Amino acid sequence: MKKLIIAGKEFNSRLFLGTGKFNSNALMEEAILASGCEMVTVAMKRIELDDKEDDMLKHIVHPHIQLLPNTSGVRTAEEAVFAAQMAREAFGTNWLKLEIHPDPRYLLPDSVETLKATEELVRLGFVVLPYCQADPTLCKQLEEAGAATVMPLAAPIGTNKGLQTRDFLRIIIEQASVPVVVDAGIGAPSHAAEAMEMGADACLVNTAIAVAGRPVEMATAFKEAVIAGRRAYEAGLGAVGQNLIASASSPLTSFLD
Amino acid sequence: MKLTVNSKETEVKDGCTVAGLSTLLTLPEKGIAIAVNNRMIPRTEWENHVLQPGDNLIVIKAACGG
Repeated sequence: MKKLIIAGKEFNSRLFLGTGKFNSNALMEEAILASGCEMVTVAMKRIELDDKEDDMLKHIVHPHIQLLPNTSGVRTAEEAVFAAQMAREAFGTNWLKLEIHPDPRYLLPDSVETLKATEELVRLGFVVLPYCQADPTLCKQLEEAGAATVMPLAAPIGTNKGLQTRDFLRIIIEQASVPVVVDAGIGAPSHAAEAMEMGADACLVNTAIAVAGRPVEMATAFKEAVIAGRRAYEAGLGAVGQNLIASASSPLTSFLD
Repeated sequence: MKLTVNSKETEVKDGCTVAGLSTLLTLPEKGIAIAVNNRMIPRTEWENHVLQPGDNLIVIKAACGG
């Protein structure tokens, strides 16, 4: 399989993991390691002054893992730039998952603010991976603004509904000259495999693994699905028939004649 | 003098720096960032940045999230 390259950095795995919603940090770490992923998101929160809780960071810092801080919670480009600067200082990386979703009900990204923030953050030296609408025009604009990838949504965050934006994802993949990471809404390994078969460069999965009955097993299932989907894409899928008429794959003649 | 840290009123000595506050509050050595009045203060400036009465500080750390 071809390696994934983002901003000049090589990744062996095309599965990115989010760290939300796991029952414990230890379970999260186990799932991350089982998934084989090399990119893991991390959010930020205000510290409690009498804080005694387990530090999640120590569970995700591994030599093979690129931390991807996110800007979850910001509502505008200006707030995103501030959050990005805090993230760079706290985690020592200029990689950033830019997410601006002012509406807490559907968590849909604000395209205008996302584009504005991408332009500014690229100027400030960040490697910007914007979570965005599955809008082919916007994705080209983000790319032109210097985004390292585009991360269009498959369905709203945490819904597990799969590739609801399928047709637009196809256009985005066809047009993109930066990696396309399908983010949000992927609820089953088959969804991830489908995205990869379509030619997506990677998938970002969180809820589907974190809330599974056995998250570590599910992480392995996603790992295998992403690999299978990518292999199939690189192998070249056969054409889908245009009608219902069968096409034999075994010879129908001769041996009984 | 009084200032706020993550919305909590906090009393520090006059002339206290960001580094001094970090020691006072026993903040973790790694994985945090501090902003004063919505401007991130790089760790290299903590020693020299003198806090003023009424300053509004935000201290963040890592959290789980997708």
